Amino acid sequence: MTAHDISLSRRNLLKGAGALVIGLSLPQAGRAQSGAAQVFSPGGAAAFAPNAFVRIAADDTVTVLVKHIEFGQGPFTGLATLVAEELDADWGQMRAEHAPADAKLYANLAFGIQGTGGSTAIANSFEQMRRAGATARAMLVQAAAQAWKVPAAEITVERGVLKHASGKQGRFGEFAEAASRLQAPAEVPLKDPARFKLIGKDGTTPRLDSLGKSTGKAQFTIDIRTPDMLTVVVARPPRFGGKVASFDATEARKVKGVVDVRQIPSGVAVYATGTWPALKGREALKVAWDESGAETRGSRELIAEYRRLARTEGTVAGRHGDAEAVLARADKVIEAEFVFPYLAHAPMEPLDGYLEWNGQGALARLGSQLQTIDHQVIAKVLGLGPEKVRVETLLGGGSFGRRAQPTSELAAELAEAAKAIGPNRPVKLVRTREDDLSGGYYRPLFLHRMRGVLKDGRITAWSAAIVGQSFLKGSPFEAMIKDGVDPVMVEGASELPYEIADFRCDLHTVDVGVPTLWWRSVGHTHTGYAVECFVDRLLQEAGQDPVAGRLALMGKQQRLATVLKAVADLAKWNGPGPVGGRARGVGVVESFGSYVAQIAEVSLGEGGEPKVHKVWCAIDCGVAVNPDIIRAQIEGGIGFGLGHVLYGELTLDQGRPVQTNFDSYRSLRINEMPEIEVAIVPSSEKPTGVGEPGVPPIGPAVANALARLGRERPLSLPMVGGSV
Amino acid sequence: MPGRAGAAAAAALLLGAASALAQSAPAPQPGADLRPASSFAGIADQRDRSVALFNEIGKVLLHPRCVNCHPATERPRQGDARRLHQPMVVRGKDGHGAPGLACATCHGKQNFDPAGIPGDGHWALAPAAMAWEGRTLGQICEQLKDLNRNGSRDLAAIVRHVTADTLVLWGWNPGKGREPAPGTNAQFGELMQAWVDSGAACPAV
Amino acid sequence: MVHSINVNGTTHRVDVDDDTPLLWVLRDNLGLTGTKFGCGVAQCGACTVYMDGQPLRSCSLPVSAVGDARITTIEALAGKEAEAVQAAWVKHDVPQCGYCQSGQVMSAIALLKEIRKPTDRDIDLAMTGNLCRCTTYVRIRAAIHDAARTLEG
Repeated sequence: MTAHDISLSRRNLLKGAGALVIGLSLPQAGRAQSGAAQVFSPGGAAAFAPNAFVRIAADDTVTVLVKHIEFGQGPFTGLATLVAEELDADWGQMRAEHAPADAKLYANLAFGIQGTGGSTAIANSFEQMRRAGATARAMLVQAAAQAWKVPAAEITVERGVLKHASGKQGRFGEFAEAASRLQAPAEVPLKDPARFKLIGKDGTTPRLDSLGKSTGKAQFTIDIRTPDMLTVVVARPPRFGGKVASFDATEARKVKGVVDVRQIPSGVAVYATGTWPALKGREALKVAWDESGAETRGSRELIAEYRRLARTEGTVAGRHGDAEAVLARADKVIEAEFVFPYLAHAPMEPLDGYLEWNGQGALARLGSQLQTIDHQVIAKVLGLGPEKVRVETLLGGGSFGRRAQPTSELAAELAEAAKAIGPNRPVKLVRTREDDLSGGYYRPLFLHRMRGVLKDGRITAWSAAIVGQSFLKGSPFEAMIKDGVDPVMVEGASELPYEIADFRCDLHTVDVGVPTLWWRSVGHTHTGYAVECFVDRLLQEAGQDPVAGRLALMGKQQRLATVLKAVADLAKWNGPGPVGGRARGVGVVESFGSYVAQIAEVSLGEGGEPKVHKVWCAIDCGVAVNPDIIRAQIEGGIGFGLGHVLYGELTLDQGRPVQTNFDSYRSLRINEMPEIEVAIVPSSEKPTGVGEPGVPPIGPAVANALARLGRERPLSLPMVGGSV
Repeated sequence: MPGRAGAAAAAALLLGAASALAQSAPAPQPGADLRPASSFAGIADQRDRSVALFNEIGKVLLHPRCVNCHPATERPRQGDARRLHQPMVVRGKDGHGAPGLACATCHGKQNFDPAGIPGDGHWALAPAAMAWEGRTLGQICEQLKDLNRNGSRDLAAIVRHVTADTLVLWGWNPGKGREPAPGTNAQFGELMQAWVDSGAACPAV
Repeated sequence: MVHSINVNGTTHRVDVDDDTPLLWVLRDNLGLTGTKFGCGVAQCGACTVYMDGQPLRSCSLPVSAVGDARITTIEALAGKEAEAVQAAWVKHDVPQCGYCQSGQVMSAIALLKEIRKPTDRDIDLAMTGNLCRCTTYVRIRAAIHDAARTLEG
C-alpha cells in the first residue's frame, strides 16, 4: 500500500464521475446526514469533481467520498482530514459521505477490494486521500490563476480561501465550475509534515458525524422507509447446519400485516407491512427443521476435545531453538491452560439491509463492510451483471467485525429474500437481537496450553499449543493460510516480542459446524491474553517486576518497549501492589502495526467481581492523524475488551446458543467503565491502526492485577459468571 | 458444514415455533402447591398450629416472586434464579428507582410478555425495613408483625394487604418465563387469616 | 384496532394490533426513526422516549397501554437541558457508531431535569440502563458533567 499503488488516472477519474452521476438518481431518504446530499442533487452542475474522492460545490462545501464504512471508528472524519489538509480547506466546509461500491475506484489498497478491516482505513488512505486533496487544490489554484491572470505559483490557499498578493481572493466554490473544466495534473506535491495544520493537531478536526448522531437524525439501514417496502424477518434453524424440512404458514398468514411467507436458503422469510407484524408472523410460523447435518456439540464437548488435542503434536506455527528438549529435562515446568468462549459481536444495530430490484437492475443499501464481495454476491443471487447492481453503504450501528463476512451471508440473505418474493417489492431485512446473538459468526472458541521453564530467574523455554477453528478456511481469504497455518489464529503467539531462547508454537485447526468470524482485534483477542498472562506469571515466579521484567526481554522491540515505558510513566508505576486493596496489572500487545501498553488498576468489588478503577494506555500508531479519534478508539477498545473478558460468553448447549439477548449476553455498562488516560507516543512512522489495537491488552492487564490480589489469573473467560 | 459429531448424529426433525419473539425463557411452571389452611386444624396446640401455618406461608414469602423485590441491599434480584437485576437498578428514595431510571422506565402497569417484562400499577421495591432477603422465616415473621417495619399495619391490615394489593397478587400472575408463587392467592390469604386467628405465632428466629 | 396516541404534541391514529410495542408504532407507522431498536426487552435503552416527561423504554410498552399519555421522542426535544446535553455531546464527540446515542441523550436529559448537578454515582444509576457497545461511557460521563455546568450558567 504505497503511493505508487494508487492510480488516479484521468480514465479512472472519468469513470468515477460517471458512477457518481448514476448516484444522483438514487433515493435520498436514507443517506448519511453529513450535509452532503445537496452536492449530489440533480442540477448541481457546478460541482467540481477532480477525482473519485472529492466534490466541491458552488456553495463552498467540500464533500469527501469515503470508501470505508463509518461505524464509529471515524473514517468520515479521518479521511476528510487527509483531504482537507492538502486542500488547505477550512474544517467547517468539510462533509463526508460513503462512496458507492466500486472496486476499481474504491479498493482498500491493503486488500485489493473495497472493504474495511484490519484497522487499515487511515493506513491505506493516508497518501491516497492526501493526493486527492492536493489534486483538487492544484486545480482550484489553476482556475483562480486563469481568472485573475496571475501565475499559479503566486496564489496561496489558507482555510478555504485562495489569495493573491494583489488583494484578489476567493473561496473554493467560486472556482469550482472553472476548475472542473481543467485537466487534473499527473503529479502533485504533498505537504511537508512540518506544515500540517490539521493532521495530528488536537482540536482542529471535530467529528463530522457527531451532531447527526446526537440528535437522532443520523440514518442507519434500519431507518430506511420507502413506499411499498416490506419488512422481512427470517426464521432460521435452531442449530447451525440445520435446514428447513417443511413449514406451515397458515397461522402466520393470518397475522394482520403479514403479506407473504417464502422459503429461502437460510430459512423461512416472513414479509409484512411493518416490523411487528413480521415478528408476530414469524412467531406463528411452524417450521420442521432437518437437523441431520447440524452441529450438535456444545461448548463443554468442544472444550474437552480441544483439551485432548492440545496434548498432541500440532502444525508448527513458530519455532526457534528446541523448547521440547528444554521442557523434557526441566526440573519444573510451569503450565497454564486458557479457555476462550465463543463471543458475539452484538453491534447495537443488529444486521439489516434494504434491496429494491425490477428484474433488470437492483439497488442495495446496507452497512456493508466488504462492499466488493457483497456487491458480487447480490448480483449473483439476482442473476444480474455487477454493473446492474448498485450497492450503497450506510452508517453502521457498530460492527466489531460482524459486517465483514467473507461469505456475505447478510447480503446473500437479503438478495434471496428479495428474489423469493419477486421484482418490484422493495424489502428491508431486519434481525432482532435474538437473531443476532444466536446467528453465529462468532469469535471462535479457543484453547491455549502454555508451558514454560525458568532458570536462574530467566525464561528459558516457552511452548504453546493453540486449538480452535479457522474462519479463513474455505473463504475467499483462504490463500492467507500458509503451510497449514491460518495466520490469524496464531498472530501474536507464533512469534513473541520477548527474547526466549527455546520457543515453539503449535496449532490445531478443528472443524466445527459453527460459523465463526473475525472479532475486533481477531487473533489477538485470545493470543494477547494467553501470552501476556503467561509471561506475567513467569516473571512473577521469577520475582521480577512486570514492567522491568518485560523490558529486559524486549531487545529488538524498540517501539513496544517505548510504549511500555510511556505507560509506566503515565501511571507513575511503582510495582504491581496491592496498595489499599488495589493492584495494578500490565498488558502490552502489538497488533495491526500499532503498539499498545496498558496498566489496569483493579480491586475486588461486589460479590468478589473484579472492579477496574482506572486504565492507563500508551499507543504508538505512527503519525496520529486525529488524536481525539485515537483516544476515543482506545477508550472504546478498552471498554469493549473489558466487557467481554469480564462478562462475555456465547455458550452452546448441544449446539444451541444459550445467550440470546443482553439479559444473558452481559455487556459492559457505564457503572463498570473505568477511568481512562491515554498517551499517544509521538511518531513520524506511517500511520497504523487504532480501531482494534486498544482491545487485546486490557484482559491480561486485569488478570495480572488479580494475580496480585490473591486470585489466580482467570484460566477460563469470562471472569464473571462463566457457565462452562 | 456439519461437524463430525453432527454428521454422526441421527437425522432429527424438530417441530416447533420457529423462534421466540423475545428471550427464549422457559415456559411458566405451575407453582408448587400450598396446603390448605384447614389441613392444619388437626394441630391441637394453638401456638404450634400458628407456627406451622407460618411455615407454610413461608413457601410464598421466600419464593423468588416475593423475595426478589424485598432485597437486603438496595438492589433487587430477578428471575427464578434470583440473580441481581440487570441493569443495575436501586430502590431509590421511595422504592421507585433512581432519578433517570425509575422502575416505570421499563415496567408498565401490566406484564408485557412479548418483551418478557413484568408490570403492575405500582411496581416498586419494598422499603429497606421490609427486607426479607437472607433472613430466616422467624425473623421475617417478627418483622411482619412489627409496626415499625411493616408500614404500620395491624394484623388485619396485613391480611388485607396480601389479599388485595395488586403487586402482591402479581406474584401469582408473573407473566411468561417466571414461576408463580406457590398455590393461589386465595389459599395464601386463608393461611394468613388462619395464622392471625391462631395468634400469629412466629417460628424460632 | 385503531389507537389514538399523542406523540410530540400531535394526536395520531394508527391501526395496529394492541400488542404492538410503542417503538414500532413510532418507527414504522409515524416515521420517527430517531428512536432505535436494540434489544426489544428493555435491556439496552436505545428505544428511550418520554411518557408524560418520564423516560420510558418504548420497546416494552404496548401501544394499547399508552392511553392519554403524552409521548415525546428525540425529534421533538426542546428546552435548556436538551440544548445543553446535545451541545455537550457534540463538544465531547461522544458518539462513535452513534446508534445508541438517541437513547443516551434522552436518559441524560431526564437525569439533569431531576438532578441539576449529578455526581458520578447519580450518572451511573441513571445511565446504566443505556448500553453502548462502542463503550463511549467515559465521554458520556464527561458530557453530562459539562452540560450540568452549562445549566448552572
